[in-house]
This record gives sequence, C-alpha cells and structure tokens, in this order.
Amino acid sequence: MSVLVNKDTRVLVQGLGKTGSFHTDKAIAYGTNVVAAVHPSRAGQTESFTGETDHSGVQGREDSYATDVPIFRSVIDAVDATGANASVVYVPPPFAADAIMEAGEAGMPLIICITEGIPVADMVIAKRYLQDRDVRLVGPNCPGVITPQECKIGIMPGYIHTPGRIGVVSRSGTLTYEAVHQLTLNGLGQTTAIGIGGDPVNGTNFVDCLKLFNDDPDTEGVIMIGEIGGTAEEEAAEWITANMNKPVAGFIAGTSAPPGKRMGHAGAIISGGKGTAEAKIEALESAGVVVAPTPTDMGTAMLQAMR
Amino acid sequence: MKIHEYQAKALMKDAGIPVPAGIMVTDPEAAADAAARLVNETGNPVVVVKSQIHAGGRGKGRFIEHPELAGVNVVLDGIDGGVEATKAKVAELAGNMLGSTLVTVQTGPEGKTVNRLYIEQGIDIATELYLSVLLDRSTSRNIVMASTEGGTEIEVVAEETPEKILKEEIDPAFGLLDFQAARVAAGLGLEGQAARNGAAFLEALTKAAVDLDTDLVEINPLVVTTDGRVMALDGKMSFEANALFRHPEIVELRDPSEEDEAEAQAKEFGLSFIKLDGSIGCMVNGAGLAMATMDIIKYVGGEPANFLDVGGGAEKEQIVAAFKIITADPNVKGIFVNIFGGIMRCDTIAEGVVAAVEEVGLEVPLVVRLEGTNVELGKRIIDESELNVVSAADMKDGAVKIVELAK
Repeated sequence: MSVLVNKDTRVLVQGLGKTGSFHTDKAIAYGTNVVAAVHPSRAGQTESFTGETDHSGVQGREDSYATDVPIFRSVIDAVDATGANASVVYVPPPFAADAIMEAGEAGMPLIICITEGIPVADMVIAKRYLQDRDVRLVGPNCPGVITPQECKIGIMPGYIHTPGRIGVVSRSGTLTYEAVHQLTLNGLGQTTAIGIGGDPVNGTNFVDCLKLFNDDPDTEGVIMIGEIGGTAEEEAAEWITANMNKPVAGFIAGTSAPPGKRMGHAGAIISGGKGTAEAKIEALESAGVVVAPTPTDMGTAMLQAMR
Repeated sequence: MKIHEYQAKALMKDAGIPVPAGIMVTDPEAAADAAARLVNETGNPVVVVKSQIHAGGRGKGRFIEHPELAGVNVVLDGIDGGVEATKAKVAELAGNMLGSTLVTVQTGPEGKTVNRLYIEQGIDIATELYLSVLLDRSTSRNIVMASTEGGTEIEVVAEETPEKILKEEIDPAFGLLDFQAARVAAGLGLEGQAARNGAAFLEALTKAAVDLDTDLVEINPLVVTTDGRVMALDGKMSFEANALFRHPEIVELRDPSEEDEAEAQAKEFGLSFIKLDGSIGCMVNGAGLAMATMDIIKYVGGEPANFLDVGGGAEKEQIVAAFKIITADPNVKGIFVNIFGGIMRCDTIAEGVVAAVEEVGLEVPLVVRLEGTNVELGKRIIDESELNVVSAADMKDGAVKIVELAK
C-alpha cells in the first residue's frame, strides 16, 4: 500500500520540452506507466523513449525499454483516449498555472506540478479555480511523488528509494533525498515520498499528507521536513495533536536564516517576526514530534519516534 | 524586488491613488528648486525632505556623519521666512543628507548611503491610518490589512493590540467588492466624504496590487487631511520576483546601488546567493539543503558566510562562478561543498570544483561532501586531482571538519 500513486497510476505529461522529456525518460526507465503527453502543436505524433531499465524501480522487467508515448492536443483528449489518472506538469512558468487549470477542468484526480518560478498571482487564481473541483494539486516547485518500485512522478533520483514503512513529506527537494537516503540506510524505507514544494501558494499541504499517511495501513510513521516561512508546520502540529495516531519525526531548515531574506525558495522567508524555525520546532515538539537537531539525524529521529 | 518611495508614489499616481506632490532630486541645488516649485504649485509653505533608500524606519533613523539629523525632515522655515528661507534650509539639509550614511532599524549598523532625496509638499493631517495588501499564505488569497494605528509598525500593533487590525479577504475571482471597501472605511472610523474617498482609495490600491504583481503594498501612514481627502503619505511597494518577466517597466526601476554586488553577480549565473557575516563559505545544491547546511555549521559552532544554492541543473561554468563568488569574500576562512546529487551528478560538481581551484587558486581549507548520483566517480575525480581537499562522510562530519580547519 501507499498513498497518491502506485503501480496502477497512468501518467499524463504536460510539457514535453527538454526538462519534461528528460524526466519522462527517467520515469519510464523506473517503470512508471506513462500513457500520454500533451503538446498543442504535436498532436497526433508519438514520442519514443528507449534505454536501459532502471532496476531500482519496478521489479521483474527486461534490461531495456522502448516506449512510444502518444501526444494529444489537450488534456481532455488525452484523458478520453488513454484513461490517464495523474498528470505531471513541466510547462514553463508563464504558462504553468494555465496547464494546471486545464488538468483541473478535465477532472484529473492528481496533478503534480514540478515547475519552479510560477508567479504567485497565477497560483492564487489556479488554486481558486481548483477549489470546487474534485482534484488534488501537489506542488508547484516540488520534486514530485514516488512510491518506491511502483511509480515515480517527478525529478527525484529513483535509486535512493526503497519500499518500506515510512511516509515522507517535504517542502524541499534535496532535503527529501537526504531523508529518504537515511531511511533507506537504516532499513525503514518509504511507503511514499511527497514533495509539496517551496512556494508560498501550493496545492497539497502538510496536513493533507499527514491525513493520507494516517489512513494508509502500510505507513507506520511519518517524517515531515519543513522550513522557515508561513505557518504550515504550526498547522500540522495542531493537526497531529488532535488526530495523528502514528509516530512523527521532523526537521526544520532555516534556524540560522536572517529575517527578511528570501532563502532560495520563494516561500522561505521570515517576515514580520513570523515563520521562524524556532516557533515551528517548538510547535512540533509540543505535538510530540521528534525533531532532528541536524539533517544528518533525520533517520535516527525517525527510529526514536517509532520506539 | 524593492523600489524607492518616489517610484512607488509615481506608480500609485498612475493608478489613480492620491499621493502628495513631490520631486526626486540628487543634488542640493535641484532640491532647493524643487521645494520652491512645490510651494508655488500647492500654496503650502511647508515641504518635507525624505531620504530614499530601500529600508524602512527612515523618520527615526539618524546619519552616521550627522548624528542629530533624521532621515526625514519637515521644513517649516517658509511659514515665516517665505520661499527663500525654504530654499536655503532645503539646500542645507540636502547638502548634509546626500552622500551620507543613514542608519535605521532596518539597515543594520553599517547603514545605507543616501543618493536620492524626495522633496514633497507638506500635508495638513487630521488622522493617520495604516493600509496594506499582501498574500495570506494560509488561505492562498490576498488580503487587505487596515488599522487605525497609522505611523506605528504593524508588527507592533499585531503584538500589542491585535483587535485594532481589520482584515478583508479578496476572492481572486471577483476582486475587492464595494461593500468590503466600505466596511474597511467604516472600520477605520471614516465618515461622509472621507469614507467614500477611503473606499475609492482602497479599491484603486487593490487593483494596482493585482495589476502590478506586488508581493507587498504598504501605506503607513495613510492620512486623512483636514479637508477630508485620503492620501498615501508614505508608500512602500515590492514586487514578486517570479512575475517580473511580464513587467519590464518595473524592472527598469531597479536601483543597482541598493543591491549587493555579489548577489547580483550570482543571479547572472543562475545561482541563488545571499551574503552573511560568518567565515564558512557554503556551496550546496537545493534551497532546503543549502539552508540546512548553514544551520549545521552553526550547530557545530561555526558561522556561515553565505547561502548558496547552485540549483538542480548546474554545469561546470556555474560551479566555477559560485566558487569565485565565495572566495571573493575576505571573511571566508574555509569552504564547505555539500552536494546530494539527484539530477545533478556528483562528477559534474567534482569537475567544477577542480576547474575552479585550478583557475582561482585555493588559499583556505576545502571540505567536500558528495552523496547521490555518480558519487564514486565524483570522489575519484577529487582524489585524483591531488587538490588539498578533505572528504566528508556526511553533512555533520563535513561541518565539524570545516569548522575545525577554519579556526
């Protein structure tokens, strides 16, 4: 078991440019079932992906793959023809919010947006557009979602993951890899790892992911990786106190960040004395979360929380 | 992206938002002439001389070179002495303010050099209020924030008297609705014509915020004049970086003298860099990991010299550029390269580090921690280069080693 994506996930790719093609190839090598792509001017064509199989992914496959992915004019056309039930967005920033809304209109149950640099105002509108539709957005500005050896959607390196017992949710890309790597090394592994992204306006938040992991019978514990800015970690702490029945470990990046400076991620900024790492760590610890003092201790913090 | 007050007010004026008349100047003579022109045009003998820097708290700020002189000065000499007295006083003030260093609560102790002044007409103030438009991250919508406590920092009001802050959520599908604007005006205690003016001000302001992709518009104080007009006495606007591509007219307002040179240089290479005060230079891939690297350096007793994210797809040239930017800082006594290769391959990083050291030399200790894609290849490139590089097993090991070596 897992959350959000599994071996039955049928993936549509929106944005088959250089980045989109590169990561689609890696996903197919991992064993992800990529069934369609959308490109307005290339409708009717196919894109061929061939290469050596990534055996850290879906097991029991041959050593090489050759997959033709059909290209459609619109998301609706692609869904009608292929039954795609998850979409990944690599569309460039000026057009990415529109791509998200197009997927929303088509009723795509899961929309994962990798694109970094989407204007906040565009995301405010996109989120409003999705509000009354039965769809879920993950991201933007995130590494994606992976269920080890079943389905990899996004830009994370597949081979560091291993099937296991821990749900991972994170605002940061490389810190997620750090956590996943430690969980792999200490034998806990992952059920699903979700990158929710570093932007101030995003689709799925910590609380959404905690709910999913809490309800997933195979997830035995959760590690959440937050950072300075906003109040998402504090809201998660409140939810954990009231509802969570599984152990949670955590890490918050940015204890040394100066106020008023945007630390790379658009959302990672301490403004008006709000969003400090100290406040977030305090909130999580008072909710019973084992917070790792350094990123090197994330794996051990998880082990400690499970004891 | 930040702009100056005079630029923000020009944008507001274009958007139909009432602001006092004013003129930006860069020398004392022009300052005196500007003051005379404002007095003639407005009939008000009072003018205000305001320092233009990208930092708040100017009114309470003081100059290092002239400790008795504030960043903002009201010139009353014209009330009795006429326009010549105003001109003389403004020229004197401008002579002392221009080129001097203003220290405010937001500039840090080193202060900022004042290169531009804004000469503004005096206003007969009846009431000072507060107004801002910003993103509420918890609802993913913009909100209007208003308060009767004008002139005070909103953070202080939020702390001491949170009941005095009014909030109105803007539905992006509809914008701020008339009844919402009227509700804010009433909440601010405005009545009659002033209430109508206040609501109109607010509607124009929220529209400008959306049209210009601001991440913050703050009017503090918003003033009601003795004759019932509503005006922006101060105006702060900053713009959302991701949306600048569709506002070339805003990009032109950039003032390079307000920006850190190294940060601007880094931006050209697609690097995200922020200068800090410590002695350990950091080069990391990914914003979260870069922050966490600073944290762990501090945790083991060191101080980071910078935040530097080389991004997910950096090539050799960017690594070399990053290395140059780090080593250009004379405070740097050691460098920690911390990479978790995903898309970025460790061998690319290793080649970049070797090329950079060959090009710019290496006078401080260097600790490299590589993990992830092609890690073995990356380590071999470093080992075979015969550079004086210390390898680290993990992040904490690397942080401990570099802090020790940099002592």
